[in-house]
Amino acid sequence: MSQPFTQRHIGTDADAQSRMLATLGYDSVGDLVNAAVPETIHVDRFRTVGDSTLPPAATEREAIEELRELADRNTVKRSMIGLGYYDTITPAVIKRNVFENPSWYTAYTPYQPEISQGRLEALINFQTMVADLTGLATANASMLDEATAVVEGMLLTRRASKSASHRFIVDADAMPQTHALLTSRAAALGIELAIVDLQADTTAAELGDHFGIFVQYPAASGRVWNPAGVIAAAQSQGALAVVAADLLALTLITSPGELGADVAVGTSQRFGVPMGFGGPHAGYMAVRKGLERQLPGRLVGVSVDAAGHPAYRLSLQVREQHIRRDKATSNICTAQVLLAVMAGMYAVYHGPDGLKKIATAVHETAGRLVAALRSAGLDVAGDTFFDTVRVSVPSRAAEIVARAAGAGVNLYQVDSDLVGIAVDETTTARDLTVVLGAFGGLDAFGAVDLTAATPGLPDGLARTSAYLGHPVFNTHRSETSMMRYLKRLADFDYALDRGMIPLGSCTMKLNAATEMEAVSWPEFGGLHPFAPREDVEGYLELVRQLETWLTDVTGYDTVSLQPNAGSQGELAGLLAIRGYHHANGDADRTVCLIPSSAHGTNAASAVLAGMRVVVVACDDLGNVDLVDLRAKIAEHAGTLSALMITYPSTHGVYEHEVGTICRAVHDAGGQVYVDGANLNALLGFARYGDFGGDVSHLNLHKTFCIPHGGGGPGVGPVAAKAHLAPFLPGHPMAQSDEHYLHSALGDTVVHGGGPVSAAPYGSPSILPISWAYVRMMGADGLREATGAAVLAANYVAKRLEAHYPVLYAGDNGLVAHECILDLRPLTAATGVSVDDVAKRLVDYGFHAPTMSFPVSGTLMIEPTESEDLVEIDRFVEAMISIKAEADAVAAGSWPADDNPLHNAPHTAQSVIEGEWTHPYDRETAVYPLRSLIRGKYWPPVRRIDNAYGDRNLVCACPPPEAFAD
Amino acid sequence: MADKSELQYTAEHEWVLVDGDTALVGITGYAADKLGDVVFVELPAVGSTVAAGTVVGEIESTKSVGELFAPVNGTVTETNDAVVDSPELVNSDPFGAGWLLKVTFTELPALLSYSEYSALVGE
Repeated sequence: MSQPFTQRHIGTDADAQSRMLATLGYDSVGDLVNAAVPETIHVDRFRTVGDSTLPPAATEREAIEELRELADRNTVKRSMIGLGYYDTITPAVIKRNVFENPSWYTAYTPYQPEISQGRLEALINFQTMVADLTGLATANASMLDEATAVVEGMLLTRRASKSASHRFIVDADAMPQTHALLTSRAAALGIELAIVDLQADTTAAELGDHFGIFVQYPAASGRVWNPAGVIAAAQSQGALAVVAADLLALTLITSPGELGADVAVGTSQRFGVPMGFGGPHAGYMAVRKGLERQLPGRLVGVSVDAAGHPAYRLSLQVREQHIRRDKATSNICTAQVLLAVMAGMYAVYHGPDGLKKIATAVHETAGRLVAALRSAGLDVAGDTFFDTVRVSVPSRAAEIVARAAGAGVNLYQVDSDLVGIAVDETTTARDLTVVLGAFGGLDAFGAVDLTAATPGLPDGLARTSAYLGHPVFNTHRSETSMMRYLKRLADFDYALDRGMIPLGSCTMKLNAATEMEAVSWPEFGGLHPFAPREDVEGYLELVRQLETWLTDVTGYDTVSLQPNAGSQGELAGLLAIRGYHHANGDADRTVCLIPSSAHGTNAASAVLAGMRVVVVACDDLGNVDLVDLRAKIAEHAGTLSALMITYPSTHGVYEHEVGTICRAVHDAGGQVYVDGANLNALLGFARYGDFGGDVSHLNLHKTFCIPHGGGGPGVGPVAAKAHLAPFLPGHPMAQSDEHYLHSALGDTVVHGGGPVSAAPYGSPSILPISWAYVRMMGADGLREATGAAVLAANYVAKRLEAHYPVLYAGDNGLVAHECILDLRPLTAATGVSVDDVAKRLVDYGFHAPTMSFPVSGTLMIEPTESEDLVEIDRFVEAMISIKAEADAVAAGSWPADDNPLHNAPHTAQSVIEGEWTHPYDRETAVYPLRSLIRGKYWPPVRRIDNAYGDRNLVCACPPPEAFAD
Repeated sequence: MADKSELQYTAEHEWVLVDGDTALVGITGYAADKLGDVVFVELPAVGSTVAAGTVVGEIESTKSVGELFAPVNGTVTETNDAVVDSPELVNSDPFGAGWLLKVTFTELPALLSYSEYSALVGE
């Protein structure tokens, strides 16, 4: 009998917990949490006892066996559906050393750049690759997928265009999922979409007034045409042009930048990232010079460190939603870092010549297909193509697609008369033979002549400009070299495989190896998002089970797994509220109340759902000010749409009055959105649906163990009460529009809203991670995890309170799963800043806690349930030791501008090279604790100059000479 | 550098130096300190018409993005190219080399005096 998984996942054992409880003065974890969580919202585990749908905890082996059974119910056929999703060969060196390597997948978003240089370099490779291929000045560090990137492109053009028009022109020959997403997103923002059959000679007059235009290049039908004239026509009237371009095709055809585009968007999926039934993979966005500050999402740039050496960091962060709130460029927080790293490394490994060879081979294969189809007398539509063609077969499309599927190849049925076929780097001659067979195009011997290839790229559009000339794309051709490059970058970084990452609000808990196992299986990775239903039964069952379990643990009635990030879950939830009010004839209900303590994303999402943000004040204890709340509700009584409240609050406190707050909103006709970012502090003790929530998003990458991947992927399911179900995100190409509905209300329900992701189930290939976590923890294990997390946070708060004041606490003086240390008194007394403490922690071998969120001048610590007491104590001792160092600065033992805190972090070079002139010794600099000597993490750079990087914006790989000393 | 007591102020932490029908505009030292290291300044186009109280530009620091409001109704006659090239001038000399724009106006709205502004920011 193997050890229960809960004991692998939870770091503290019974003995450690009893010691921690003794420190706090409680007898049991249950007593502690029950004292912290307001009694009015308590529940006993999940549904009423005996009614829970959560099965008892499985062992790791049992969970894998069940996942294997689900995987076996999926059928991986050769996908030739296309539409932005292509089979691809993940280089094994990338699969093993990035995709399956905790050094990459357990890292956090690189907000602490000094300990994130490896993935920052990998991301700047990605940005350079995108900028080069698209021919534009600056690319960001990835988008959630192509369709949402197009939406962001639309929003960007509206911000940047001087036109007062509300019209956005959309290429009729664009991907169907992109059309669907644009339609649902534009409606909430008062943008009028005009679908236009764009041609090379479409004139400005034909376009009419508009602020932006979107072109798919090559087109969804496969057509390759030159949109330069259309782009110029649009720009002649003050509009900006967004082009969605296929990165592989761009190695052969003229780049969007050279055609005049202002913005290019798309996906990098086919650069070595499995289709995964829709995701995750990295979308991209690039802009021309002058629009950098309009880029949504994350942008890696080059700055310098304290020694003047080049160093990477995230640039222009102040434009992100966590600072700009309702004025942000977008509500997007996360990127798809792990997948962007993979796509960038695919380009590093293949280089410009290798990519061009792959593209050429794909094009030639498509050309052979066209020649064979035509020689068999079939009507291939159009004369131009890169990898995709459409065959006209009046009223026979369904029959042909079915015949191909029967022979193991999925094609795309455009309508009853048209069949779409897409070729990729994995397509073989045998696949072409199967396709020809499905069309009845084989000769008498059942063979086909594939020697001739019809060229499909139009004259005058061949790419002449160079790309990927930087040495990083021209060095690592051998696997040995590639393996070592990946190892070198991983070694620069601090991920969970090195030590604790106590980031408050980020929940850096264990991502167990067993949870990760199935993600690599081809039965989960190899499916196209629009594969026929019969191929994906295993996935649909996994989705159904996960939906069921998530409704159970949250107290809601139904769940959509479609949103690709928490921010998108927020948007989906708010759009559902909007849809609900509209359906009730309450279109005027547009005011969204948001407490001042809320995460900035709430406000940014509300704006994108067409709502107006009204801020509700918080009291001195950090709780929603009930008087102000009632006043704001009264002021906006007829227009109140929703309240967004985070629970436990962003201050890490269980607000006592949450039930009262929810009732006040409901009484005024508003809906309650409970931001589920902190669900990990509630699971098993209270449920959002029970205390008044109508809808919530959850962060599977926090509470349910999907790894952070260095800043993505995320999954942000939206869970709601039944009355909102008709407005939750649906998808026109979903294999099934039915979703689980709590059994007391029926069994299934249709989610009838517009999509928020390109794929019907968002990022399904990582859902097995959360599935496995719930399956192996069971109801009791999930509750134990909550208890252990709350215990750890309160233990840290208790042990550090004599050294740093703890800013907020709730009932009985307890915090929830995280605590905020107030460094402002220390800064006032000693000049030692939050930054100094955070960077000094690096010298002690730790990732810093969250800095200055949610309160400036503070550190927020979240140990999670997965850290053991030894690691927690090591962290506490480091914090106490740093406080003593700060006191020494205050006492005048060290000057304010030359001490171990001010100069942190210390690189090896900084203590070895030249003469040591500081008033503290080198051992103090790098070995403040003797225990560090054998296990030292060495940061590769010193403290990075933020202002320099934002004043001198460079977002592509610097030349190697920049790193020469 | 202008004498601070001679300047007029807005509640949006801008200073205005009136010379005939022209207002020279910048942000106050208090605002520059609160913003921290300024990294980017976006100013309105010369010749553009601006309305008092509306956003006409941005001042971005490593901590936040501040909005630049027009203090008067009028027409922009000149902007400070030096501050666009070297945004740090806003920090180093907010009342002098860090000036932002010149606007001609026909009517001057009520602005704050030095003592009123000082009281506003508690200095």
